[in-house]
Amino acid sequence: MATEGQQHPIKIYVLIWILLFVFSAVSYASDFLDDGVFRASVILLFMILKAAFIVAIFMHMKWERFALIFAILLPPLALLVLLTLMAIEADYAWATRVEYMGEPIAPEPNPPPTHQHKESGH
Amino acid sequence: MTEATVPNQESVFTSTARDWSSDITTFKGVPWGKAMMWIFLVSDTFIFTCFLVSYMTVRMTVTDPWPNPSEVFALAIPHELFGWQFLEAPIPVPLLLIAIMTFILISSSGTMAMAVNMGYQRNKKGVIWLMLATAAFGASFVGMQAFEWYKLIVEEGIRPWGNSMGAAQFGSFFFMVTGFHGLHVSAGVIYLVIVALRVGLGHYDKTNFEIVEITGLYWHFVDLVWVFIFALFYLW
Repeated sequence: MATEGQQHPIKIYVLIWILLFVFSAVSYASDFLDDGVFRASVILLFMILKAAFIVAIFMHMKWERFALIFAILLPPLALLVLLTLMAIEADYAWATRVEYMGEPIAPEPNPPPTHQHKESGH
Repeated sequence: MTEATVPNQESVFTSTARDWSSDITTFKGVPWGKAMMWIFLVSDTFIFTCFLVSYMTVRMTVTDPWPNPSEVFALAIPHELFGWQFLEAPIPVPLLLIAIMTFILISSSGTMAMAVNMGYQRNKKGVIWLMLATAAFGASFVGMQAFEWYKLIVEEGIRPWGNSMGAAQFGSFFFMVTGFHGLHVSAGVIYLVIVALRVGLGHYDKTNFEIVEITGLYWHFVDLVWVFIFALFYLW
């Protein structure tokens, strides 16, 4: 059987390499942002971008036949079900601990200063 | 996916249905070793996801505060080296070592991709040196991880069953997730060196050097897992 190799110009690898460096730098820079939805979305966005470029270009998934792509990339989607179920379960377990075991709600490690003195008139 | 990658201009769904339904090779043009490596990587994906999902579950469930990773893993730039003082005082930088480790692993992925390219050009010297460079990056990654573990265990007193900074589960998840990943990197370094040596000894001269691509798949996967650990454990 003829096996065709995954041969692509070296330029694209260098380009993705640089891109991954930039993405990592942005990910790291997100550590200096304030906690919140924006920071969480930056972390998740660049995590997914990096993962996608590694799988698509470095692992050559972009150029494989769909029979292989489906076989490899579809099964991990089942993990999203696990993720959802465990998130629901964890939320319930946490609420139970607070409600029935009298455990204190975790204080924020570093409360932002805006909580101390709320602006009046709003 | 562009049309150019689909032979005969038939839809990807038609071609996939034909590949899977006929009594012939399903993964056409894919060496069996590569298909097997991909299936192994899928199973490894499930293992690492189970770790990360259980970490999420525990972190959402604890009522003690979770230790702040950017403080736990902060590293200070020294203000003097060998008696030569060049700064007023040490500068603490959050996640400094982790950031360096991240860039090292990405660089190793880059050299690995180059090695695969050299393999299909039948440039054996290029393959060997780029794979050994990848292995060297990987070994330095493991070395930095050992330093990080030492710092956490000896200097900060973090144990799998507790620590002085907050939720007791922090240590167990840190050691389990990074330990399992470090094990993968160590195994990958050994794998890379063995394959590089065998390329040098001429074991693969009659093949298309797809073994380099298979080794590369494993190595890129190790980098891929680190992307998720870095985002979800260290940055979150």
